[in-house]
Amino acid sequence: MRVWKFGDDVDTDQIIPAEFLTTADPEELAKHAFAKVRPEFPSAVRRGDVIVAGRNFGCGSSREHAPRALKGAGISCVIASSFARIFFRNAINTGLRLIEADISDKVSDGDEIEIDYRKGIIKNITKKEEYVFRPLPEFMENLIEMGGLVPYVKKRKQMKEMTVRGS
Amino acid sequence: MSSEGSGDGEKTLVEKILSERLHRDVNAGDIVILPVDLVFAHDGTMPMAIEQMEKMNRRDVFDASKVVAVCDHAVPPPSERVANIHAMMRRFAYDRSIAFHENGDGICHQIVLERFSAPFKIIIGADSHSTTHGAVAAFATGMGSTDVAAILAFGRTWVKVPESMKVNVSGCLNEFVSSKDVFLHLIGEIGEDGATYMSVEFVGSAIDAMNVSERATLSNMAVEVGAKCGLCISDEHTLNFLREQRRAHEFRPVEPDKNAHYADEIEIEAENVEPMVACPHRVSNVKSVSECEGTEIDVVCIGSCTNGRIDDLRKAARILKGKCVARNVRLLVCPASRRVLNQAISEGLIDIFINAGASILTPSCSFCIGRTFALADGEVALSTQNRNFKGRMGNNNASIYLSSVETAAASAINGKITDPRS
Repeated sequence: MRVWKFGDDVDTDQIIPAEFLTTADPEELAKHAFAKVRPEFPSAVRRGDVIVAGRNFGCGSSREHAPRALKGAGISCVIASSFARIFFRNAINTGLRLIEADISDKVSDGDEIEIDYRKGIIKNITKKEEYVFRPLPEFMENLIEMGGLVPYVKKRKQMKEMTVRGS
Repeated sequence: MSSEGSGDGEKTLVEKILSERLHRDVNAGDIVILPVDLVFAHDGTMPMAIEQMEKMNRRDVFDASKVVAVCDHAVPPPSERVANIHAMMRRFAYDRSIAFHENGDGICHQIVLERFSAPFKIIIGADSHSTTHGAVAAFATGMGSTDVAAILAFGRTWVKVPESMKVNVSGCLNEFVSSKDVFLHLIGEIGEDGATYMSVEFVGSAIDAMNVSERATLSNMAVEVGAKCGLCISDEHTLNFLREQRRAHEFRPVEPDKNAHYADEIEIEAENVEPMVACPHRVSNVKSVSECEGTEIDVVCIGSCTNGRIDDLRKAARILKGKCVARNVRLLVCPASRRVLNQAISEGLIDIFINAGASILTPSCSFCIGRTFALADGEVALSTQNRNFKGRMGNNNASIYLSSVETAAASAINGKITDPRS
């Protein structure tokens, strides 16, 4: 897994500009991910690559096209010191992995890393270092492993029990 | 009771609203499943929500009377692709008897505020500025398309009851200083992630003096400091607003308990708030107007879900009456809804804008989302909208300043950033 480094306050307009909201197709969206701020990203990103960023990743609009574009681009995980709340929910629902860890200062663009999600360990192969993080609650980990909220809703009876008729 | 919550049963606004709706005591930190009173989406987020709902094997919405679909983000459609998206949404809504708001009806938040928002309602929108409805003490927040799809299908969603931040604005605002300046002042203090996941609750004598429209500017922008919701009390201003919308029966007063536990408290003296601008390219990059005075601008935009209501247009008209915008400036005015446009026409405000040299745009998101409008390379805009991210107005090589309506109108006349008090 290769690292793509970004700074603080990466907003959803940077991840996927509004003009591309005319599609919901992950592959199509991926062609425009970060296209305006890092034009090389869509063509150079490889399946499994990881984004490492600072504070407040995904702030701004509620567009779910943002995590979908990253998933379509093959990003396996976003590691940031903190996430904006709508992006966090959207990523979990999309099945995009997120790790809250403050490692931006320790990692360089292009570093090779490995992640053990259940144990909460990031191995930096390039720098021969290890960082720990707090794994997601089991509920969210299961949701991601199922592929997001849609497969979850389809498989789980309990969401059906959430149905309310107009009261 | 959670250790994060308030003590002795004293509650913040968000705890009060959610406890009331759930008919039980809830406190910060609790994860709750909420019944949703209104769910809405627009042409940027609804298509994906429809697709996700279909993947959930659901054809029908949980309750058609509680769903609103609005075409506002790319209006009128700038391409065949967008026109087809609108057509698809239209079909979806008509087939299910869902309220569908056409091109030109306005921005989803303004439409929902006028027609549905009321104290204690649970309102979820597939748009980040859904926090707007906290202005009338509704619990309102934005979610993505998949969350909204689940709500369309099941009528419920899960939420963690947020901790609260009290923003106490005491005293009186000076003339030509508005709630927009208060918010820009606040984000300058606490930053773009200053209230992430929190309920920001605006209280104090300066808020008591504001009408719902002015409060809506604060609640609208609460998401810019990362908030889950941005709440104001419900009082006689709320009643007046609901009465104007012929919904006085939906009024119920609410305010936070005196000893409620706030995770954070910010004090702002209204007298000290100056006209402010957010400089390119971050909302938190704020300066007082006096520090930026004289900055040349190419376009001035008045409108958006932040500042496109009738009293915003009245404030702008008061400054622009009998004046002409500077030669080097294009002024765009976009009323936030059809109702606002109608009212502005009957009050003669539109005449004032047209005579001042403005273009009047179809009620919609328009310039604020940059899908039917773009700046040229190197151009500078001053807008009353809520975001100035790089590329927000359709061009990465342009810059956007944000300000109040008063500052925008005064600046349009001078062709450069101008203190409305001067």
